[in-house]
Amino acid sequence: MKMIFTIAGKELRSLFASPMAWVILALLQLLLGLFFTDAVSRYFVAMQGTMLPEERIGFTAFAIPQVFGVAVLVLLTAVPLLTMRQIAEERKNQTMVFLFSAPVSLFEIVLGKFVGLMSFISLVVGLLLAMTLSMHATTDLDTAQVLTNALGLWLMAASFAALGIFMSSLTQQPIIAAIISFVALLSLVIINYFASDPESPLHYLSLMQHFEPLSRGVLNTADIAYFILFITTFLVLTVRRLDADRLRG
Amino acid sequence: MNTVTVEASELTRAYGGRAVVSNVSFNLNKGEVLGFLGPNGAGKSTTMKMLTGNLAPTSGTVKICGIDMIDNPKEAKALIGYLPETPPLYKELTVDEMLALAARMHGVSRAHVKRAVSHVKERTGLTEMGGRLCENLSTGFQQRVGIAQAIIHNPMVVVLDEPTRGLDPIQIRDIRTLIKELGGEHSVILSTHILPEVEMVCDHVQIIHQGQLVFNGEIATLRRNRESNRLRVGLRRPPSIDALLAVPGVTAVEDVDTMLCVTFSQDGDAVAEAVVSAAVNGGWGLYHVAPDMNSLEDVFMQLTEQEDVTA
Repeated sequence: MKMIFTIAGKELRSLFASPMAWVILALLQLLLGLFFTDAVSRYFVAMQGTMLPEERIGFTAFAIPQVFGVAVLVLLTAVPLLTMRQIAEERKNQTMVFLFSAPVSLFEIVLGKFVGLMSFISLVVGLLLAMTLSMHATTDLDTAQVLTNALGLWLMAASFAALGIFMSSLTQQPIIAAIISFVALLSLVIINYFASDPESPLHYLSLMQHFEPLSRGVLNTADIAYFILFITTFLVLTVRRLDADRLRG
Repeated sequence: MNTVTVEASELTRAYGGRAVVSNVSFNLNKGEVLGFLGPNGAGKSTTMKMLTGNLAPTSGTVKICGIDMIDNPKEAKALIGYLPETPPLYKELTVDEMLALAARMHGVSRAHVKRAVSHVKERTGLTEMGGRLCENLSTGFQQRVGIAQAIIHNPMVVVLDEPTRGLDPIQIRDIRTLIKELGGEHSVILSTHILPEVEMVCDHVQIIHQGQLVFNGEIATLRRNRESNRLRVGLRRPPSIDALLAVPGVTAVEDVDTMLCVTFSQDGDAVAEAVVSAAVNGGWGLYHVAPDMNSLEDVFMQLTEQEDVTA
């Protein structure tokens, strides 16, 4: 357990040692801030235009899912950039030996990397959460819905990270890992558009389909379970892939 | 009182049916330094990877202080420090950070990390380098950080894959002294293709050729192999060959370069003495007499070539 945090700490340090983490953090904040202010001003325009009282909806229901929905798409591009180096670069620089020779299990190595990355992602989600919660000052915010949105975003990003780490374990080239992860994630997010029948298994596979209830404020065990299974699957696959390295050389 | 620290038995590693290492077995005791010799591609690094648990053997077992590497990899790995071919350094970390990470990863308690880092830096001559990024270090210093991360947790067994590669002569001398020191308390396995290095620092030598152990013994045995039944004699006014042949024990005389090469059949010291006194009596102008040593390279060649003949 201690080793997981040691590895996570190292990963976090490595992330912040390169300008990439800072750039991603700053740009995400800028982009999401712009979307947030835009959503706020659009809310006023939209509400002024609606005459009937039943068409009027609260600020939370109007703006928050929009902002977090955009955040999902932004992280869809950002997370592969963060995960691409995780294992591919260690392979390339032959530093994987350092971890393999230390008295830690492969599971601890993979989990350590995942935890390290998730601390960074939690920071991104946390900053966005703080930004949206700041609306408390001026409006009656539905805090619970904001929190389910944040949870949804966090779970989505965790799934992206797990898949990204696995893709990174398949290759020595970080760029290839990033491209494959991005394409795989994009198809998993938009796969439900290809099936008109809402009962189709493609709907169930789509990550977006499980995020959607959370963004409406519905906390469904099935959706949470889906995310947890998704994350576990890819982390276990990564462990298997690393074990194959040791066996096949 | 010998305690076995490394026990390798019948290690075999095959890649797609081609055996890179086959049936390598040996034991190493506490406090011994074992040198792995072999031409490029002989299987030295592969053997070391198997010893350190980086590669699973196709068959055979590795035991570190009695703990099986395959059954209990965590416990076994805790007893090993390993420097692979390329020093495994995170380029974005400073030397201090890198070494602290290595210490923590190998279970050095938080309170002792700082002390372990400063101690190991002192031993490897890195004291001045603590704040530098690993990325900016020269090859020699990177190699030293690599050695430092391998010994920081005081492992029972230190495995070094070509530790002196990329170092300058002074650094090489320092590292050899360090390896000898390590040999006092730990067991050290090192691979190299620099032959004199093995002679200088190792107690035991193993020569690997085409994946097989062709020589396994003490350095003294190897040294004995080097001694030949020849003397190299330098004379200013050499007599006829017959006059030299008349010296008791001498069986053949050859002209090699500017000197004479005398082959003898019996005790070397007595023959040398006889040759010297004959030279003095005959006024041959003796200026050089020395046993004609086989170079270590010759022995190495012999051993690896024998293998080719029998194969």
